[in-house]
Amino acid sequence: MLLGYSFSDWGSILAMQGFAGLSLFSVLLLMALGLAIIFGQMGVINMAHGEFMTIGAYTIYVTSKLTEQYFPAFMPYYFVVAILAAFIIAFAVGYAVEFLLIRRLYKRPLDTLLATWGLSLIMQQVFRSIFGGREVSPTLPQWLMGSWSPTATIDIPINGLFVMALTIVVTTAVLLSLYKSRWGLKVRATTQNRSMAGAVGINTKKIDRITFAVGCGVAGIAGAAFTTIASTGPTSGSQYIVDTFLVVVFGGAASLLGTIASAFSIAQAQAILTFFMTNAMGKVATLLTIIVILMLRPEGLFTSKIRK
Amino acid sequence: MLEVSKLSVRYGESEVVHAIDLTAVKNETVAIMGRNGMGKTTLFKALIGILPTGGGSIRVDGVEVAQMESYLRVANGIAYVPQGRMIFPNLSVIENIETGLERAADKTIPDEIFSLFPVLHEMRHRKGGNLSGGQQQQLAIARALVTNPKILLLDEPTEGIQPSIIKDIANVLNEIRKLRDITIIVSEQVLSFTMAVADRIIVIDKGNFIHEDLRENVDTEQISRYLSV
Repeated sequence: MLLGYSFSDWGSILAMQGFAGLSLFSVLLLMALGLAIIFGQMGVINMAHGEFMTIGAYTIYVTSKLTEQYFPAFMPYYFVVAILAAFIIAFAVGYAVEFLLIRRLYKRPLDTLLATWGLSLIMQQVFRSIFGGREVSPTLPQWLMGSWSPTATIDIPINGLFVMALTIVVTTAVLLSLYKSRWGLKVRATTQNRSMAGAVGINTKKIDRITFAVGCGVAGIAGAAFTTIASTGPTSGSQYIVDTFLVVVFGGAASLLGTIASAFSIAQAQAILTFFMTNAMGKVATLLTIIVILMLRPEGLFTSKIRK
Repeated sequence: MLEVSKLSVRYGESEVVHAIDLTAVKNETVAIMGRNGMGKTTLFKALIGILPTGGGSIRVDGVEVAQMESYLRVANGIAYVPQGRMIFPNLSVIENIETGLERAADKTIPDEIFSLFPVLHEMRHRKGGNLSGGQQQQLAIARALVTNPKILLLDEPTEGIQPSIIKDIANVLNEIRKLRDITIIVSEQVLSFTMAVADRIIVIDKGNFIHEDLRENVDTEQISRYLSV
């Protein structure tokens, strides 16, 4: 009965694994938000999305090393500035990539897939050349260390709490700017009918470029969050790309609320299942469930209802 | 106001609109009539810049726009109501209209729009895709009007709309002319609608203008003959 655990053990297991799930959820959601903007809104399959997360992670690493060396007094605060830097650098690289590569391929989805995959390999090699193949970790400020124990058997890591708070802030910001700002209105109009958006006066090329860059910037923030729970290597981002696509497709490509719901369910399922099975079996079980649900509902969890 | 000269439009190698000349002055409504496949929509798409110009010039108030992208043509005073409405189905009515406010200093919808189209005010929180055909048509006109155009292009505004609403749309167009100094170019197949709004009627056939008349002088039977298959 109860697999040999007592009731209070069960409570603690669920709380802690649930929280581990929430940390995974946070990183997945941040990744998926960027991808949902780029893939869901623009229809571009960006295989290099994971590398933008890696850019964010390395930005944190570099900022931490620089701060340690030149402004040690600034160490407790650098992380916040570094998150901003991660966004800006990933945004700038995304802007350049859109300008040089993506915008020439909007009408050729398969070519975009190949081109961005090639780009991801190139970026991985660049990381390897600059930072070496070994995984690196930034020196985290003291206040991110340690854990919070509400009861004797529950340990909740502080960095996990921080990542969650960051995720909530970023998600709210993305939702507000997509649904309440003029930029968001233009993005949604361009997504629904590119040539007509141009014909009502919207500069669609500029919107595409900024939207792509914002998606990449959000991936950069995901990278910043990532550094608090794991160490960064050249291929860190590519390990997340499949899960991230899964989140976006499962959630319904055009719906950000769907993305949030699906990131939550996938992350929780994986975290709780992996406690009871092996890592691989947990993944297999999650994947099978998703496949079955997608067979029944190919359009994903959430879709917007309009007459056709 | 609008001066089009020697405008031709191609799909790849095949030329669909052949070196057309078209001039319209302020406060004038010109109707371009023709059967399906004669180049009306192609001409309109070239005027707004969705299709590239194959040759010739398009001037709005003296400004050459033929090589500009669509959004710059809108900034220079062309507004476009496409065939099939093409409203943004997932945006609310309000948001649909707001997309046209790109150049406006004040991003709120002018009251004038809702007094022209009271039904849009009633439906303002609905998604554009859930409106009826006639309502969508009004929405598309409203969206074009808020760009403050000098020239309003309407491509087959009566297509697929029930007769009573067609009359409403004709009234609205006449109302708009009274409110603003605007040039309206409208493509049509319905002669009664054209007779209710246009000052001048041009017949297009196989990408050429083959007939032109002021409304007063129009021989409706002759035009009907051009329009019948």
